[in-house]
Amino acid sequence: MHVFADPTNLDAYLSGFLWILKLTGASAVLALVLGVLLAAFRVSPVPVLRGFGAAWVNIFRNTPLTLIIFFCYFGLYSTLGVGLSDDLDLNNFWLGVVGLSVYTAAFVCEAVRSGVNTVPAGQAEAARAIGLTFFQTLRIVILPQAGRAVVAPLGSVLIALCKNATIVGTIGLIEASSVMKQLINDNGDAVIPIFLVFAGTFAAILVPTGYFFGWLANRLAVKR
Amino acid sequence: MSTSSVLYDHPGPRARVRNLVLSVVFGVGLAALLWWVYAKFDQAGQWEGNLWKPFTEASTWTQFIWPGLRQTLLAAATGMVLSLAFGVLFAVGRLSDHWWVRVPAGAVVEFFRAVPLLIMIFFIFYGVPFLIQAPVSAFWAVVVGLTLYNGSVLAEAFRAGIRSIPAGQAEAAYAVGMRKSQVMQLILVPQAARAMLPVIVSQLVVLLKDTALGYIVAFPELLQRGVNDLSANRGNVVAAAIVVGVIYIAINSMLTTFANWLDRRTRRRGFRVPKQAAAPRDDTTVAEPQG
Repeated sequence: MHVFADPTNLDAYLSGFLWILKLTGASAVLALVLGVLLAAFRVSPVPVLRGFGAAWVNIFRNTPLTLIIFFCYFGLYSTLGVGLSDDLDLNNFWLGVVGLSVYTAAFVCEAVRSGVNTVPAGQAEAARAIGLTFFQTLRIVILPQAGRAVVAPLGSVLIALCKNATIVGTIGLIEASSVMKQLINDNGDAVIPIFLVFAGTFAAILVPTGYFFGWLANRLAVKR
Repeated sequence: MSTSSVLYDHPGPRARVRNLVLSVVFGVGLAALLWWVYAKFDQAGQWEGNLWKPFTEASTWTQFIWPGLRQTLLAAATGMVLSLAFGVLFAVGRLSDHWWVRVPAGAVVEFFRAVPLLIMIFFIFYGVPFLIQAPVSAFWAVVVGLTLYNGSVLAEAFRAGIRSIPAGQAEAAYAVGMRKSQVMQLILVPQAARAMLPVIVSQLVVLLKDTALGYIVAFPELLQRGVNDLSANRGNVVAAAIVVGVIYIAINSMLTTFANWLDRRTRRRGFRVPKQAAAPRDDTTVAEPQG
């Protein structure tokens, strides 16, 4: 444990995980908004919107996240000069958030859409029968029920997002995985403790999160 | 709901006009956005012929893309075989009657499911050489990482599948005198594998995509060879990333289509995971691919 007794290493460890949490938080919010919007597109009566949603999901779900993040950096930033912040760390952070969000939104969209599919057809039919419009049906009847059904899948998406945040290290943000790599390179005599601390921190964050979402899903489930 | 079309009526005249207007407005907006992206790339000179010309030359494909793709597929295939074995082993282990098998198996699965793949790969690639006093190849760092992570996710999928099988199946097998291991091998695992086939194939898509992480430890797979090495020689990173992206999308779409076909096929045969049993009973069970 002598590695983490050194204040520089301890600071690096803490800031690494702080970046992971910031990436997760910012991307989760963006991906949720984007994903629900895409899901609404995919069930809407307008063919162009449906096509757009389907194309988004197929493109981003089938591309490796590493390539997306890579493209955000070299395509958006280096080539197009889309700078998101003057601070280099913050710029890489926001580029990472963009990559993570567009990728995760595809998964959120699919989760929400499968949630919509769990709502019995009779609910929508009844809503239409009393004269609700498409948006009212979706907003008042379908999405609240679907939302309860997708708590567990969205939990999985959030957990995956948190783990995927480590990939932003590729474009130079010094997050947890980059810190671990550096510490391992500098301290060959303590690779197991270093690994256990980093892996253990992720496990300590994510295993309870998984159980929490499982519990929440059970509690909120629409009993049919 | 099986189809989303119950959400709205068959469009009447007003709805048709509204849909048309929405289509046009959104279509124009989308076209404008795409045009903007195109124009920005154009400004940066990304559509110039010399950046795309390499892709018309055979040497680009034989020297960069095909070798990279081969390494990607090799790592993915090895990872798939190993992670399926890992998954079955640990799913059965987690369902063992002996606590000293069940508890460690559960701990291993939960641990590797929670640890980011990149952390695993870094540990194997940079850390393990210190322990065994010999270098670990990037190939095995990627494959072992993929196996531990996807194997754990598959273990949960198999476990959910095994638990979804009606109890009568196992009881009948015990009644005809089978031992526990025979019940597992002959009755439960084959049915679970079949029930969970679409989830398993979807997880294999995740595995294939994740081989791209090999790029980070300089494993010469598709992303490394096709985007990094190629563009280092030709200075066409955007073009290379687009071409490689299309290749990944094509391969994974095929696998996804296959998964959907399997899903429909198993449904059509009337074989479905019973609804009651498929729902998680006590703790969280994974029924969707993760990655």
